[in-house]
Amino acid sequence: MLRIVLAEDAVLLRAGLVELLSAVGHEVAAAVGDADALARAVDADRPDVVITDVRMPPGFTDEGLRAAMELRERHPGLPVLVLSQYVATAYATQLFGGAAPAGGGLGYLLKDRVGEVAEFMDALERVAAGQTVIDPEVVRVLLRQQGADRPLGRLTPREREVLALMAEGLTNQAIARRLTVTEAAVVKHAGGIFMKLDLDPAEGNRRVLAVLAHLRGVHPSV
Amino acid sequence: MAEAESVAVWEAVRRRPVRFLWSAWPLRVWAYLLSGAVSGFAALAVLSVLIVTGFALSLLGIGLLLLTAAVVSAVPLAAAERRRLRLVEPAVPAGPHVRPPRPGAPAWLATRLRERATWREFGYVLLFATVFTAAGYAFTALLGLSVMLTVSPVIVWAIAPDTVMLVPGQPVSGPVGALPGTAAGLAGLVVSAYAGSLLAGVQVRVARALLAAREEPSDDSRVIELTRSRARLADAFEAERRRIERDLHDGAQQHLVALMMTLGLAELQLRGQESPASALIVRARAEARQALEELRGLIRGIHPQVLTDHGLAAAVDELALRSAVPVTADIRLPSRPAPSVETVAYFTVTEALANAAKHSGAGRVEVVGRLTGGVLVLTVTDDGRGGADPAAGTGLQGLADRLAIVKGRLTVTSPVGGPTVLRVEVPCSG
Repeated sequence: MLRIVLAEDAVLLRAGLVELLSAVGHEVAAAVGDADALARAVDADRPDVVITDVRMPPGFTDEGLRAAMELRERHPGLPVLVLSQYVATAYATQLFGGAAPAGGGLGYLLKDRVGEVAEFMDALERVAAGQTVIDPEVVRVLLRQQGADRPLGRLTPREREVLALMAEGLTNQAIARRLTVTEAAVVKHAGGIFMKLDLDPAEGNRRVLAVLAHLRGVHPSV
Repeated sequence: MAEAESVAVWEAVRRRPVRFLWSAWPLRVWAYLLSGAVSGFAALAVLSVLIVTGFALSLLGIGLLLLTAAVVSAVPLAAAERRRLRLVEPAVPAGPHVRPPRPGAPAWLATRLRERATWREFGYVLLFATVFTAAGYAFTALLGLSVMLTVSPVIVWAIAPDTVMLVPGQPVSGPVGALPGTAAGLAGLVVSAYAGSLLAGVQVRVARALLAAREEPSDDSRVIELTRSRARLADAFEAERRRIERDLHDGAQQHLVALMMTLGLAELQLRGQESPASALIVRARAEARQALEELRGLIRGIHPQVLTDHGLAAAVDELALRSAVPVTADIRLPSRPAPSVETVAYFTVTEALANAAKHSGAGRVEVVGRLTGGVLVLTVTDDGRGGADPAAGTGLQGLADRLAIVKGRLTVTSPVGGPTVLRVEVPCSG
């Protein structure tokens, strides 16, 4: 069971999410409708995980996303799952591209993912457990970008597939199941990815770094 | 405008200040000023008679007629004044009057009295008959004195044995004794040449300002008003797109997500039960998701939120990711342009990428954006077969129209064999 603070300005969705989360046995400590209330709720009583919408009052741009990033600065390691209507990778980049996450799970999911309850709850739990989750649709768009001048251009098609699933937060075991290969093969591909993206094997969360390299490859300015 | 402001006599003085004295210019200037003094006096006489008697008789109807005549008399006087400008100007300005709609004196009178030009001419004639005429007489006095002094030795010789006094109380002894007078006279002539030029130039300026035909201000303001209303219309369209985007986001999109959530809950309830309903729920969810994806694409086409939130570079990166043809986007701007500029630039790139994918057979497209000298310059280059005709596509024409509203420009070069280069320039400062 997770204690959750939820921020979503659409009343219909807020109520639906509360119902959904309660139905699978989580506790919604607070369900709020704007970024300020979100910050107050988290500061008052730190939850296990925060779920927030990107677009919220008063400006209806990316207030929710910015509030989430500020919260993570104030509460290092606070797991945050951002729900979004935008496939645009700029939002994911904004979320992941800042400082390397100092631990604490981080997720960016499209809102339609909540309909697939089992997958949504799985993603939520992985974020709460400190992993990184990026929506498969966003990853698919990212991986479409090719070209030898980008780090991703050096990956083989199979390695891209593995990276995409890693970006979704799947374990080696789960990736092996999804691709119907052996776990050893996945480990081999993962090694190839880390090498080609110039990631130091000694560094901690290499999967997160792989995903970030991925995002930085698309937005070199980040 | 610069041409209209240059005064020929001033130009002559400025270009060759000394040679000016030996040219025909001083004579032309004097002719202009002296003839002005004469005609100005005539105008003063006519006007004062008409105006004074007009006011005196204004209680009777005839007085008003006389005042009207005073105003309308400015029309022929002004025409004469325009012609007189030929003495010091290379060209006579065109008359400002419109042709009356019907022949006959009443129509002529009605038209003239309604015209601003007539009243400007009347103003000129008043100024001419008083200020210019007075200045003209002062100038005539200066010129006359200078001429007299210059020729004083001759006068002294001619009227001997009578004596002449150039300075009161000191008779001039003979023609030789009058030579200092000649020197003073010549100095006076030099002064009158330059002073006359100055005075004539001022009169030319005033005459041109009040007597020449001008573009009717109503036309000017109509053009500005039209441009403004087009800009307002474009802004209104832009606001409307944003409103539709917001409505779809807050309405249909949220409801579809809620629907998927409800279906997810139903699925949860049915978990573990072998039921045909489970399969239907999965199908319904897939359909809802399809609808949501289509809606998302539609919203992007209306107004992409990433453009508002992250700017042109991020929005074009997004386009690049979605493009069927590989795209390299390199947009580097020091600051964000105005929303209207960003929007039109964004949709131009959208259209250019769509054209490249559809028609050019390009294997690569490059989008480059920079801000140079306050102008946003965007180029979209593809390596396709070229030969694109901007006039053929309504898309490009529509973009050119939208660009025109933000004072932008669209140029397309597409030689047969390629490459096709589409270039957008939009001023960004102010």
